[in-house]
Amino acid sequence: MASYSTNEFKSGLKVMLDGDPCSILENEFVKPGKGQAFNRVKMRNLKNGRVWERTFKSGESLEGADIMETDMEFLYSDGEFFHFMRTDGSFEQVAATTEVVGDAKDWLKEQDVCQLVLWNDDPIGVSVANFVELEVVETDPGLKGDTAQGGTKPATLTTGATIKVPLFVNIGDVLKVDTRSGEYVSRAKG
Amino acid sequence: MDNLRRRADALAAVRAFFAARDVLEVTAPTLRPYTVTDVSLDSLSVGEGFLQTSPEAYLKILLSLSAPSIYSLGPCFRADEVGRLHNPEFTMLEWYRLGFDDAQLMEEVAALCDVLLGSADYETHAYADLVNRVPESDVGPDIAGSERFDRALARLPRGRHFIVDYPAEQAALARLRSDRQDVAARFELIIDGVEIANGYWEETSSAVLEQRFANDLASRREQGLPEPELDAEFLAAMRWGLPDCAGVALGFDRLCMLAAGKTSIEDVLPKWR
Repeated sequence: MASYSTNEFKSGLKVMLDGDPCSILENEFVKPGKGQAFNRVKMRNLKNGRVWERTFKSGESLEGADIMETDMEFLYSDGEFFHFMRTDGSFEQVAATTEVVGDAKDWLKEQDVCQLVLWNDDPIGVSVANFVELEVVETDPGLKGDTAQGGTKPATLTTGATIKVPLFVNIGDVLKVDTRSGEYVSRAKG
Repeated sequence: MDNLRRRADALAAVRAFFAARDVLEVTAPTLRPYTVTDVSLDSLSVGEGFLQTSPEAYLKILLSLSAPSIYSLGPCFRADEVGRLHNPEFTMLEWYRLGFDDAQLMEEVAALCDVLLGSADYETHAYADLVNRVPESDVGPDIAGSERFDRALARLPRGRHFIVDYPAEQAALARLRSDRQDVAARFELIIDGVEIANGYWEETSSAVLEQRFANDLASRREQGLPEPELDAEFLAAMRWGLPDCAGVALGFDRLCMLAAGKTSIEDVLPKWR
């Protein structure tokens, strides 16, 4: 991989830091008084999602990280691995551990397209769309006449995730869910 | 278009400010055969010459040749400075006042900023007080002291702050205080966390300046930086005699940025990248 000097750092650049691939979020060039210039860099560790802030002397460089973000179709989970397939027509498959899939597992429906982060061709992260549509497989019976107002009840979705839904929701309803907050948005238009 | 109009108005206001105070505008060359030894500045070289990092050398040559109080408002160039508050080409307002000391010049800097930004109060802090207030936990692996100073600036509340009494090793071209040889008669103006101006009650002894340049070159050699040839024209002028004066350089684009309520000079400058 190429290496990048501090003056090439920009938001989105993928570099290696302490052996982990990181994505640069912010890079600020600082030169106080007549002091030595440095760069204050915020970056996200792509393996664990943590945000690091580091300072580098201006002119220092970091090795680039071989990171690919690519759309893939979720095929199935065998309990140990989640299997995905490239959408570029190559039918190439990739398996990601439960650890790598993380919270995204709650929103992964078979045949949905999601984004995989590959480091040296190995998956290190999975992100799903902001909104997904999932079917309710279990919830208390719906209450007729209760529409928008009123309380909530738990409902279990096909993925196994449980979310709070309005009282009128029934088993078999397809719901639009915000994956960032895990909140019910609406019933999907049929 | 708003930015163009505001900038034109600000340029006119600066010129009116100095005309009223009988300070003469001069056009400083942007390309000269020499550049500075200052360890913190990298120059862009063009052919046989250097794009000037500030008009300081030329203006001081004029002063040594009996020019009155003068100012220059024009482009300067510094290599490898790109960021929210930096651009390799920028506009510098630099002026020299005969017979002024640093305190008098600070008053004039404040008066000019009041014209361009509206009036406000100015607080003055000693460099050592600011830096000593930074908790150890706030400073990473310190980079030649500059990170600590940056943290100190970040802790200042918004508003206008003069920093004075810089340590002698950061005197640059300022004289040391006659009553305290450990601090320099140098000041900086910080507005809302942004460094706006850097001023000196100027050192006039050519022997002292030559010693500082020699120290700069030694540091440059240690750090593997380019070692520019000493500015013979400037040194000849200093030996001939710089009159007693104070001078200040002000980042005009940053001031325009603040006046427009922006947070990056990209918003008021043609973009470099």
